[in-house]
Amino acid sequence: MPAPGSGELQLSIEGLVKRYPGSEQNAVDGVSLGVHAGEIFGLLGPNGAGKTSTISVAATRARPTAGRVTLAGVDVVAHGSLARRRLGVVTQVNTLDRSLSVGENLYFHCRFFGLSRREAKQRSSDLLEHFDLAHRRHDRVDRLSGGLAQRAQLARALAHRPSVLFLDEPTAWLDPQSRLALWELIRNLRERERLAVVLTTHSMDEADRLCDRVAIMDHGRILVCDTPEALKRSVATAATVELRLKAPPSPRLFQQLEALHGVEGVLAEENRVKVLTSARDGLVPQLIAKVGSGLLDLSVSETTLENVFISLTGRKLRD
Amino acid sequence: MTETPTATTLSESGAHGGAQHRYGNLRAEQWRIISASFAALIARDLRVLMHMPSTFLLRTVLNPLMFVFVFTYLYPHIGAARFGQIAGQSLATVALPGLVASAIFFQGLTAVALPLSMEFGATREIEDRVMAPVPYALAAAAKVCFSALQSLLAAAIVFPLVYLIPATPIHIQIASWSTLVLAAVMGSLLAGFLGLLLGTVVEIRKISIVFAVAVVPLTFLGCVYYPWASLHAVRWVQIVVLANPLVYLSEALRAALTPTLPHMATWASLPTLTVLTVAIAWAATKTFTRRVLA
Ligand SMILES: Nc1ncnc2c1ncn2[C@@H]1O[C@H](COP(=O)(O)OP(=O)(O)O)[C@@H](O)[C@H]1O
Ligand SMILES: [Mg+2]
Repeated sequence: MPAPGSGELQLSIEGLVKRYPGSEQNAVDGVSLGVHAGEIFGLLGPNGAGKTSTISVAATRARPTAGRVTLAGVDVVAHGSLARRRLGVVTQVNTLDRSLSVGENLYFHCRFFGLSRREAKQRSSDLLEHFDLAHRRHDRVDRLSGGLAQRAQLARALAHRPSVLFLDEPTAWLDPQSRLALWELIRNLRERERLAVVLTTHSMDEADRLCDRVAIMDHGRILVCDTPEALKRSVATAATVELRLKAPPSPRLFQQLEALHGVEGVLAEENRVKVLTSARDGLVPQLIAKVGSGLLDLSVSETTLENVFISLTGRKLRD
Repeated sequence: MTETPTATTLSESGAHGGAQHRYGNLRAEQWRIISASFAALIARDLRVLMHMPSTFLLRTVLNPLMFVFVFTYLYPHIGAARFGQIAGQSLATVALPGLVASAIFFQGLTAVALPLSMEFGATREIEDRVMAPVPYALAAAAKVCFSALQSLLAAAIVFPLVYLIPATPIHIQIASWSTLVLAAVMGSLLAGFLGLLLGTVVEIRKISIVFAVAVVPLTFLGCVYYPWASLHAVRWVQIVVLANPLVYLSEALRAALTPTLPHMATWASLPTLTVLTVAIAWAATKTFTRRVLA
């Protein structure tokens, strides 16, 4: 993994505030961050945390209420058109042009960015090859599966050779296999093209395994920002304890577990109980004592980013 | 792709010698991209149209074709030759400028409003075009320019149709080419911008109902089948229809094509058409920008 900060600073956000007209509170409430060439930066947070709003401002699609965003040295508010030449976006929903074929989507995107007809033809052919879409070039885009559509969106976002790539929940709708494939493509972009990649996600797993650095966001603010390893180290005592019981837990047992010091949440699915903890020391013996003879099996998972989030906010990410 | 000066050179250029020159290059490059991008936005719309030229043809031709066929071909044959006559001229003559006007008007309205409201809807297909490296207003302008071209093409198709089908004699003389061209171009732009306004303001769920409800009264009260002056007999209608932009287009074309029939003076119709176009363009550009920029 390349050390963060090894490349040139490509995206700088300083004190960003975004409040939508008619809203009582800030969707983005004082966010600052920097992303470098060759880095995959993750914005991790629950729905409504302000992830999309943050990248919308950076991608010139929303006006900031306060703060400053520069992208490859260009102020995105003062020079929106210029900034758009330096950035590519894969949006949360599929925004491929339904009136055009897959190939035409790429071709016209290239032309929008000033490539000549010949250059645009060449570039879109290359992209179709590289993203393994050549056999679908004449297809209508609404015939594409989720994974293919996402690949086509990625190809389109890269067609004009941006230096910063924004991916808004790129794998949210994908099956596990397509998700892994897309991760691989994104890693390649970081290595080969030295792109600065900013992606939003509400998947702990994705943030952990794909990102070089992660900023955990909630209510428009960044709570912490570091490498996944460092974040997990910071809450070393946090973990998830899984209990397998003889029978589903009684409501009383449920309450008793929840009341233990260091327990942040209890989830039950039939006879399996997940206990999310923030301070684990000495907790396992207490759990065993409470459950008593009903216990079949017990396992303690490694610290995850979910534990980090819980210890920071006192609640689960997926609410 | 030719490597363009990076933005970093823009922000650094002020500090170094010879920077003026590089800044000039960047500006030239930016202009080149803006014009190429504008052309490409139009090329995209053209490509979409070429995917299904029949929709263009049908929505252009169907309405005037049915009208002329029934009222200026069938009617004379079934003994109603005098139907719709005004000042001794056949309905075919009276309605020709109006039918051309309504072809221009509704072509522009539909060509912009319907696709736009769809592209702003759930799929947000407009996204890639507003991300083109040009000011947002230019993406809107490209849309309107192309619709204006479609309007003019529609006029060129409807004119011979309305001229050739009627069973009764038709009297057209081009009194003023400049009025004809000015009215057609201005009307095309007005229709496109009005489509832009509707497409950005009306939700996809409601756009078809808005069209269904608006098209009939706009046409029937648009001085399409009768000159505005003849409404003198029913004064309140004559005043109410002045709110309909189509009236000014019909009347300006009437002045250019059928000067012997009563028509609104061009000093009234043409400037009003222009003022309306500018006002609607201003409003539509505002609503478009508001819609794309959160
Ligand atoms: N266009 C908008 N207009 C008004 N409020 C919005 C808009 N987009 C997002 N919001 C609000 O801003 C907050 C942050 O939303 P968003 O940035 O989409 O979060 P996330 O991407 O993390 O789910 C939410 O409360 C959301 O309801
Ligand atoms: Mg979002």
